[in-house]
Amino acid sequence: MRATAAEETQSGALVLLCVASWAIPGAGHLWLGRRSKGLVLLVALPLMFAIGVAIRGRIFPFELSDILVALAAVAELGIGFPYFVAGGLGYGGGEVRAVTYEYGNAFLIVAGLLNLLVVIDAYDIAMGRK
Amino acid sequence: MTGTWWQSHLVLLVLFAFFVSLVFAVIARDDTREQLRLGGLMFAGFIASALVLGWLMYPFPL
Repeated sequence: MRATAAEETQSGALVLLCVASWAIPGAGHLWLGRRSKGLVLLVALPLMFAIGVAIRGRIFPFELSDILVALAAVAELGIGFPYFVAGGLGYGGGEVRAVTYEYGNAFLIVAGLLNLLVVIDAYDIAMGRK
Repeated sequence: MTGTWWQSHLVLLVLFAFFVSLVFAVIARDDTREQLRLGGLMFAGFIASALVLGWLMYPFPL
């Protein structure tokens, strides 16, 4: 059965919504009119990621030879643009001797994973489940 | 205590608990009162469990 033009447009908009929600934390909620939620997420998640970078956490590379490093990279990538901005500016090298190194990694990884939950939440709202 | 405030495990623990509780409360509830209630409970749970577990692990390694 072929999808109608309206359904295709809706699915295209859903994909765009999810991509926007991933790239800019809170953007999906702002798009859907959940302004206060979107603003809180827009501030909280990048700030959490920035704290992780500031306290010497590491932005992990995609090294498939070390599965834990690759998984950490996938989790951190969940934050969207801030991952590329921080990496592009040369931050996130990680200082393994710093007392805050592990905490920094926890902030970076969890910020990315929380943003993935936010993407799922935006998708659920768009589908009318919430 | 040596080092600066941001090197304190307790400060970082509180910050981490705050952010995680905030995001979960915001996405799990729509009403502001409910968000505050869930966020507060989660935050208190994070802090209390970390302190209790910390003290339980205090004697180790024996």
